[in-house]
Amino acid sequence: MTTPDVENLLRELTPRVLGALVRRHGQFEDCEDALQEAILAATVQWPAEGVPDNPRGWLTTVASRRVIDQVRSDRARRERETANTTQPMQAEPAEVPDTDDTLLLLFLCSHPALTAASQTALTLRAVGGLTTAEIARAFLVPEATMAARISRAKQRIKAAGSTFTLPDGPALEERLRVVLHVLYLIFNEGYSASSGSELHRADLAHEAIRLTRLVHAQLPEDSEVTGLLALMLLTHARRAARTTAAGDLVPLDEQDRGRWDRALIDEGTGLVKASLAGPALGPYQLQAAIAATHADAATAEETNWRQVHALYLILERIAPNPMVTLNRAIALAETEGPRAGLALLSTLDSDERMAGHHRLLSVRAHLLEKTGDTAGAYEHYRRAAKSTASIAEQRYLESRASRVRP
Amino acid sequence: MQFLISLHINPAVLDALTDEEKAAIGDGHGQFLQALKQSGELVSTQALVDPSQAAVVTVRGGQPVVTDGPFLEAKEHLGGFYLIDCEDKNRAIELASRIPDAAIEGLGVEVRQVMFADGNLVEA
Repeated sequence: MTTPDVENLLRELTPRVLGALVRRHGQFEDCEDALQEAILAATVQWPAEGVPDNPRGWLTTVASRRVIDQVRSDRARRERETANTTQPMQAEPAEVPDTDDTLLLLFLCSHPALTAASQTALTLRAVGGLTTAEIARAFLVPEATMAARISRAKQRIKAAGSTFTLPDGPALEERLRVVLHVLYLIFNEGYSASSGSELHRADLAHEAIRLTRLVHAQLPEDSEVTGLLALMLLTHARRAARTTAAGDLVPLDEQDRGRWDRALIDEGTGLVKASLAGPALGPYQLQAAIAATHADAATAEETNWRQVHALYLILERIAPNPMVTLNRAIALAETEGPRAGLALLSTLDSDERMAGHHRLLSVRAHLLEKTGDTAGAYEHYRRAAKSTASIAEQRYLESRASRVRP
Repeated sequence: MQFLISLHINPAVLDALTDEEKAAIGDGHGQFLQALKQSGELVSTQALVDPSQAAVVTVRGGQPVVTDGPFLEAKEHLGGFYLIDCEDKNRAIELASRIPDAAIEGLGVEVRQVMFADGNLVEA
């Protein structure tokens, strides 16, 4: 087995082995550390010496021994400190049932006591099976920084006294929303690769899709899980077309649709259709439906903007957010003309969250350009370029500004 | 998100502080650094030598010319920085407000988001 194959296998096994360890020993934080060490050992041994017949059993046994060693040395230390007599060692426990604990682990990693940055890091390590070094590279921080963040996150979970069980009722629903948000953040981090090492960040998008597939396999009836998976697939399908070889951004209407990944689009569209048949509509589902509408158009001109606008209207109603209104203004400009879009944008001017936001400035610039107001468009493109934190976007906005320079 | 918290110092203001005040600033930075390391939010930090030790390099007609002293004739100079990776701008501002310099008139603490990063943090 090659090294990438071994890495994929390890990532697949991670949540199952970790779940088994936590069921056996309790102590999520110790088990997680022990598994990380076992994974590192496997990364070195397996490509060289071959994968053991039962890789899952190997990992469980090696990690288990480390947890027990840790418990022993902790106990020995306590006994030295208290001058106590020795106690019998914990017996090797019986084989654990073959349950899939992926969901339980995802809930634990999305613990509300953690910041979003810690939730994403811990999820990637404990469920995704990535090493601390890999996560640090993906987020462009030193390994020591990421190690401290993960260790702090685990201490917080321990302090919060979390148990390894699924919450029930509304609490389950609420926590699931957090899990989905964390997966969405991981995906976006990979998708909006704006700096440094693009390769590693692209891996994050793959990883987010893989983890969301795991959740979908567990909760196939949850329409928001289905919606999120579809949204990721449909967004990811455009990946090759959204930047030039030089790394410049290509807007949706100028993308070479022949470079969109048909297989991902078909899968995403199928999921959207299935989820829309369900009883309730959620924000991920609607965003996926919008992405599917774009995917459905062979050319930008053939886009069904009425449908896009209608979907944004529903989204605005169930999850009001100025960014949704902004996107609806783009759709409205396509169906009713740029002035209608500008009128809707002006309703956002008093919204503090949008004041000076580069997206508001750039959409306004775009619509002003369509009305023929090149001076206004130029000014807004320039202001938008100054406001963004993304270099690729800044380059794009500056090129648009040059095109309309009065 | 990464932010640079830059510390703009005024040597005249620093010179006017008592030894106790100077020691308190040093302790404050030490505690701040420790907390950043523990929370997993520190990327790196650097402090710079006195601006009088700076060299300004210009190239004119292909020839480099080096002059002593800081580039800007100003009272305040870049004294050092913290490069942090945190949740959002609000958190960066909250962290910056814990830096002792922020409580001293004449010293400046500025927060700016990083737009591009590369270097030895990331091995390809």
